[in-house]
Amino acid sequence: MSKVLEGIRYSESHEWVKAEGNIAYIGVSDFAQSELGDITYVDVPGEGEIVTKGVEFGALESVKTAADLVSPVSGKIIEANGSVIDAPELINQDAYSAWIVKVEMSDPSEIDTLLTPEEYGNIAK
Amino acid sequence: MCEIKNTVLHSRHLALGAVMSPFAGFDMPIRYQAGIIAEHNAVRKSCGVFDVSHMGEIFVSGPDALGFVNHVFTNDVSLERPGDILYGMMLYPDGGVVDDLLVYAGFTPGEYLLVVNAANIDKDYAYLLSNSEGYDVRIVNDSDKWAQIAVQGPESEAAVCNVLGLGCASPLSFYTYTETEKDGVRIIVSRTGYTGEDGFEIYSTPDVIISYWDRLVEAGIQPCGLGCRDTLRFEAGMPLYGDELSECISPVMAGLSMFCKLDKEEFIGKDAIVKQKTEGTERKLVGLELSDKAVARAGYPVETLDEIQIGIVTTGYHSITLDKSICFALVDSRYSALGTDLLVRIRNKVFPCKVVKKRFYQTKYKK
Repeated sequence: MSKVLEGIRYSESHEWVKAEGNIAYIGVSDFAQSELGDITYVDVPGEGEIVTKGVEFGALESVKTAADLVSPVSGKIIEANGSVIDAPELINQDAYSAWIVKVEMSDPSEIDTLLTPEEYGNIAK
Repeated sequence: MCEIKNTVLHSRHLALGAVMSPFAGFDMPIRYQAGIIAEHNAVRKSCGVFDVSHMGEIFVSGPDALGFVNHVFTNDVSLERPGDILYGMMLYPDGGVVDDLLVYAGFTPGEYLLVVNAANIDKDYAYLLSNSEGYDVRIVNDSDKWAQIAVQGPESEAAVCNVLGLGCASPLSFYTYTETEKDGVRIIVSRTGYTGEDGFEIYSTPDVIISYWDRLVEAGIQPCGLGCRDTLRFEAGMPLYGDELSECISPVMAGLSMFCKLDKEEFIGKDAIVKQKTEGTERKLVGLELSDKAVARAGYPVETLDEIQIGIVTTGYHSITLDKSICFALVDSRYSALGTDLLVRIRNKVFPCKVVKKRFYQTKYKK
């Protein structure tokens, strides 16, 4: 049974978002990492790249497959997590501490349109 | 489409928490809780056990068995002594591949066991029957009666001898087998595999195979799924039927013509293979090594440096053993020379790569 963390929001495509003011940390859920298996490569654009809610902006590669990363919010990437890019297995070890990109949101109210932990828990099984 | 079948070890896989997926008509374990990387490394460094009960077993016997098998099989079984195993293919007249398989030469003269891919069992059986006219042979598809496990890795001999008590495995050289018996039940032990390591494949009744599986797992041998079976065989440069061999990909294109014995008087597809070897083929299977960590997956385009597509990836991984991104690709033969610089298109970006030898990993068999 995969873990759903309280206090953050989720997308239907299995990303999580933790908002601090207008800054959003984005990662993938425990369910996503367990479905993918061993993650070997994180393909994300660097600082300054514009992301749009609902649009693919990168990918995760596991041994067997590649999965698109879809941005749950709109804004500009201000940092990609170098530790996770260097050691993608951190996502398998703890999906909720391994944020992938930090985004400066252009519309922080988009957060409210995302799934609550309870709603996400119902689809992530 | 027929119903999805279970192997006799299905309940074991579920109990071990395997991620299951349909493969070749069977509900098969892709990976266990350890994950593909740990399972792969177990086979490279120590030992792992695979359920390969989905594979097909077809027996050919009768006065004309040798002549018949040599008629449908590209390798030369007249060179086999009892207990020998040969790898080769069955072909269509145009050189396309029906299947790739192992032929076990029986200890009773005139008996052969053909071990075929699960996805092709019915097709192979029909092909054998339809090409048997004029041969006095008996062809029996016994796939449902046999279960099979593969024990693979540098410590597999110790596991098979000590855990399973099959001391008869120890003297075997690679690509030979022996038979033993327990309470009247036939057990075939062969020194073969699909991983690039030393290893054994054991065939018997469901009861025997279930008890062997349980003993190996209880002894701490890592259960391994089809996920790492694919990463292992790929690193060792071995083809998978459907990806690197098919009705459209001949042994010549795949670089496997050494398994087609052209000094045999005849076999189905021989003329086509001779022609392809003489004239060359339009496409060839190559190995590619990327300079980036991005992974070239099956179906991704391979392009020239001018970004003109000249091929397609057939299998690709970030190699677990070699820690680099490599793939097999079927390319225009003009671009197949070792060292040729090409591009692979991954998620609409191009990545430089170079043609390298297909055997990415140096195999470690027991001679």
